[in-house]
Amino acid sequence: MLAVKDVQFAYSPGQTVIANIGFEVTAGEIVSIVGPSGCGKTTLLKILAGLLVPTEGNVEFQSQPVRGVPAGLAMVFQEYSRSLLPWATVHDNIELPLRYKKIDSLSRARLVSESLEAVALSGFGDHYPWQLSGGMQQRVAIARALAYQPKLLLMDEPFASVDAQTRADLEDLVAAVRARFDITIVFITHDIDEAVYLSDRVIVLSKSPTTVLDRVAIELPRPRDQIVTKAMQQFVDKRSAIARLIRRPISDISQ
Amino acid sequence: MNESLGTTNARADIMRFVGSSVGGRVASALRVVIGILAFFLILEFITSLGLLPAIYLPRASTVIQRMVELVVDLKFLKHVLATLGAWSVGLAVATLISISVGVLIGTSELAYKMTSPVIEFMRPIPSVALIPLAILLWGQGFPMKVILVAYATAWPILFNTVYGVHDVDPIAVQTARCFGLKQRAIHWRISLPSAAPLIFTGIRISAPIGLIVVISAELLASADSGIGSYILFVSLHGGHMDSVLAGAAIAGLLGVLINSAFGMVDHRLFAWRYFGAPAQ
Amino acid sequence: MSSYTGRGRSLVAALVGILRSTVVRFGLGACLIGLWQYFAIQAGSIFFPPPSEIAKRAFELWLSGPPSRLFLGEGVFEDILPSLFRLLAGWSLAVGIGITLGALIGRSRRISELLDPSLQFLRAIPGPALVPVFILLLGTESMMRIVLIAFGSVWPVLLNTIEGTRTVDPLQLDTASAFKLPRRARLWRIVLPSAMPKIFAGMRVSLSLAVILMVVSELVASTDGIGYRILNSQIMFLLTDMWCGIVLLAVIGYTLNTLFVKVEDHVLNWHRGARGRLTT
Repeated sequence: MLAVKDVQFAYSPGQTVIANIGFEVTAGEIVSIVGPSGCGKTTLLKILAGLLVPTEGNVEFQSQPVRGVPAGLAMVFQEYSRSLLPWATVHDNIELPLRYKKIDSLSRARLVSESLEAVALSGFGDHYPWQLSGGMQQRVAIARALAYQPKLLLMDEPFASVDAQTRADLEDLVAAVRARFDITIVFITHDIDEAVYLSDRVIVLSKSPTTVLDRVAIELPRPRDQIVTKAMQQFVDKRSAIARLIRRPISDISQ
Repeated sequence: MNESLGTTNARADIMRFVGSSVGGRVASALRVVIGILAFFLILEFITSLGLLPAIYLPRASTVIQRMVELVVDLKFLKHVLATLGAWSVGLAVATLISISVGVLIGTSELAYKMTSPVIEFMRPIPSVALIPLAILLWGQGFPMKVILVAYATAWPILFNTVYGVHDVDPIAVQTARCFGLKQRAIHWRISLPSAAPLIFTGIRISAPIGLIVVISAELLASADSGIGSYILFVSLHGGHMDSVLAGAAIAGLLGVLINSAFGMVDHRLFAWRYFGAPAQ
Repeated sequence: MSSYTGRGRSLVAALVGILRSTVVRFGLGACLIGLWQYFAIQAGSIFFPPPSEIAKRAFELWLSGPPSRLFLGEGVFEDILPSLFRLLAGWSLAVGIGITLGALIGRSRRISELLDPSLQFLRAIPGPALVPVFILLLGTESMMRIVLIAFGSVWPVLLNTIEGTRTVDPLQLDTASAFKLPRRARLWRIVLPSAMPKIFAGMRVSLSLAVILMVVSELVASTDGIGYRILNSQIMFLLTDMWCGIVLLAVIGYTLNTLFVKVEDHVLNWHRGARGRLTT
């Protein structure tokens, strides 16, 4: 689905943020990317989305090199309040990208209501974003991405700006969505627990200049549960391993 | 931390600091100069085309020449001083009165409620409509101009003062009370500083209005001094377009200087207001 | 049963509430008018006729026509309607040009930076200073006044539109890119709605400027219009007529402003809500 090959990124000569990142994502996976602050995670996501061009290396989406934003891709940003359009209703926000995909209005309406239902916000179509809570707004952003029917969903620390309880609900929502719509998800997070809980694989990044420290496979059984899964030994082990990588990378690589 | 290019406020702040170093300042000064030069060149080109005879639309260079002549002409400078004098005195009077009255109104809830409708009604009255009346009452000289300017500029300042004082953040006031500040101290240390940027904005808005009013008054009253009367005089006696345009252009430059001066003071005094909020 | 007294009590309370808010709202204004009436009759000054006289004369001038014309008097058709027409025509022209040009300029950072000094200069030229220029170039007909009003009041709209289109949240632009919105969608559905609050603020300032310019353009070399009427009345010492004109302008200014605010509130209701809730 997605192939990242030796990607490098520098703001200007000498200011290399990303030294070398390479990994692959197969269809239907949930892959999360974790790393310390400032390691260029968001920059990487923008490169994956085609919003930025890497200085070296390239990205292939469905075996086609990424030039500009490819079709079949949707994004969810961290700051939902600034990404949703405040002057449009929830319904119009979700429908907007669909208008330019040459879908007739009946199908658009159906897609919008389906995606609202998938994020448990049916009936809120007439509300304005500012009338909803933070968690609900982020769900609208997710619904907008879902209605777009992408093959790949990119999420940039989507739950960093919501409280812990809402975060747990949203995490489960993402897992359910993947199961129901069979899409591939790549998401960035600084929360290691979240990464291990949600993903099939975790890509661990180093400090800047960034490289890939490890690609950790998570074999926890699905469907996952906030309490049961997080009590499992494998969860604890993987979580600690990744945490050690991020916190003290040098001394632990030798292990 | 979110390091997406351009979407973080931290990054915008860093960029702003970089931009304010010497290199950045040279670059923006250069852009201003190029912009002005380009503007002048385009004007010169258009006016040289001869679309209208030169008596109606002289070349830009001629106008600039005339502007330079006027700026060093003592008689014209007297006009400029007359205009600026009436403007500044009127503005000062209005500021004093409006701030005093505004603070009184803003701090009393009842006064605020009672006077708001009146202020809202008086606000959109175009003070130029009062010029004929002012001429009748106070003649055509300096006092008439000052009173008109004062009247015109009083309303925006009053309005802003009332709202500035009235809408002080209640949390700030409550915090002060918790620390034992008395009402008067709260007044001077919390309400006024908090309202100050808005009050200053009011002054800033009314300054150009005052300029418009004083020049209109000079135009209509055929006053014996002032930029407006100079322009009127020249246009009536032979219609020397280059002088008329030069006069208007100098008035414009005065306006630019005044606006920039207020802008700089605003940033100096109230920089805290701009750096507190996100770069939006 | 107590339900009747209960209902009666709440009815009385409601009436008292309405009475109190009416007194608070209109009390001061009514008092001021009353005072004016009293002192005007006492002092008998011709310069300040009592409000009753003004109202009577206004009625004679404007509301004493034949029923076929909705009771509107000659004055309405001779002066008021032409003035309003020029005002609205000039202002609409300014808004149309301002928003269109502003959106175009605002799209490019370089262009808007280059143009900024020139625009600041042009905007600072006091409109009245240009009246002689416009008269010399375009004569004294209605068209000249409309162009003058448009030229003078375009600047707030233009400059605010430029700023509004330049300060679109980059995250919203990124979202548009991520969802592959075509260029015209970017403009109409993201950039322009985002800039709307600033554009409306500019339109509002522009409207009050247009009123000023309308009056000034009619005070100089005019043969009809409200401004002309005021000046003419002053010259002919018909002071009550003059005051009628002044009050009329106040009413027009106030009405236009109120209408505008209502429209603005309706169009921008999302802005007020969003502003209170922004979490960034």
